Amino acid sequence: MLSKRIIPCLDVKDGRTVKGVNFVDLRDAGDPVELAAQYAQQGADELVFLDITATHERRKTMTEMVKSVARQLNIPFTIGGGITEIADAEALLNAGADKISINSAAVRNPKLIEDLAKTFGVQFVVLAVDTKHVNGKNMVHLNGGRLITELETENWIKQAEDLGAGEILLTSMDHDGTKAGFDCGLLSKVNQMINIPIIASGGAGSMEHFTEVFQKANVDAALAASVFHYGEILIPDLKQELKRNHIPVRI
Amino acid sequence: MVGIINYGAGNIFSLTAALDRLNVTYGMVNTENDLEKYSHIIIPGVGHAGAAMEKLKGTGLVEAIKKLTKPVLGICVGMQLITEHSEEGDASLLNVVPVKTKKFDKSLNIKIPHMGWNAVNPKNNSLFEGVEDNTQFYFVHSYFIEYNPTFDIASADYGLKFSAAVQKDNFYGVQFHPEKSGKAGELVLKNFSNLSL
Repeated sequence: MLSKRIIPCLDVKDGRTVKGVNFVDLRDAGDPVELAAQYAQQGADELVFLDITATHERRKTMTEMVKSVARQLNIPFTIGGGITEIADAEALLNAGADKISINSAAVRNPKLIEDLAKTFGVQFVVLAVDTKHVNGKNMVHLNGGRLITELETENWIKQAEDLGAGEILLTSMDHDGTKAGFDCGLLSKVNQMINIPIIASGGAGSMEHFTEVFQKANVDAALAASVFHYGEILIPDLKQELKRNHIPVRI
Repeated sequence: MVGIINYGAGNIFSLTAALDRLNVTYGMVNTENDLEKYSHIIIPGVGHAGAAMEKLKGTGLVEAIKKLTKPVLGICVGMQLITEHSEEGDASLLNVVPVKTKKFDKSLNIKIPHMGWNAVNPKNNSLFEGVEDNTQFYFVHSYFIEYNPTFDIASADYGLKFSAAVQKDNFYGVQFHPEKSGKAGELVLKNFSNLSL
């Protein structure tokens, strides 16, 4: 049986991880390689690196970081942030990234999904969607939830699947940062519409929230950042808790 | 020393990184003469099986690979290449292992691609020495190799039972990515590099 995946997400700027991470035995909390290895050791099934670098040097910096991570890491990882063209994706693939995630570039140019899927295969293309509830509708947002688009979330995800997205990373901006649980209603609805894996994101605060999102929305994976970085939830404990609740996991 | 068939089908950085971590030495196979240099051969592969087969033909190595008597390991699409045929691009393949590569059927109520960690049940085979039953490996694929008890050396379930690994004589194939499957995957790579026929 296919396991449900637990995915820590790391923010990266100029090749360094940002946001406080307080693992006790880390020598350098800003070193993405060391942090990634630590998560793999703990039993993370996959990692997502979100690049927030905004300089012209970004592709080069990112490629170097991806290579360093790929040299050490023995689990799959996804790179997101700033990928706008085939050449960006190709550089990351050749550096050892397993998947890339695209967000605003796909909203601006949906054909990018198709082009990436045709060039590298659907398994390489993750579509990240930031969604917010507005006037009774789920609307796609950009820039971390600050900019609303005209796209309804459900329609956009369906369109992306048709264009060749291999996986959906759905972040509820209403739940993100609240630590009050995932948006199980929307995740369940979207999950029933599509035939590609979906990663739940936004709202994780406790182990029960993970159990809930797998049981209620039957998502394929759940992603979180701060609860893992600050050691509020330890991945081995989380996996045991999920197993106790009869959710298939990799121990 | 492991030779990696260099035919341009997908990135091999992660594979060479895993071999580096295991202290297994390797080099690239670009020509027929290169095949002589190595004791073990890996056929990597990501993407479209039909397209990968065309690229492999382009190297002129097809007949020489089929004649190899040293251990050969196909990974993912590289495994599919050693089968007879793939529904992906209706492609005739190397036909070293006479089984077929088929598309997962979404009417089985499964998502495609099959992506993530799934349990593998190995048979008693040197490639899986030290790997326990139900150990999980990382898979990413939309096409699978039909289960055939004659050639199957490890099976997995996703809507139906399929071959996670096959063997015929010196030819081995694994559908999962050993280079991305944690310690268990590294063990399989290590076992392969230690195979002697």
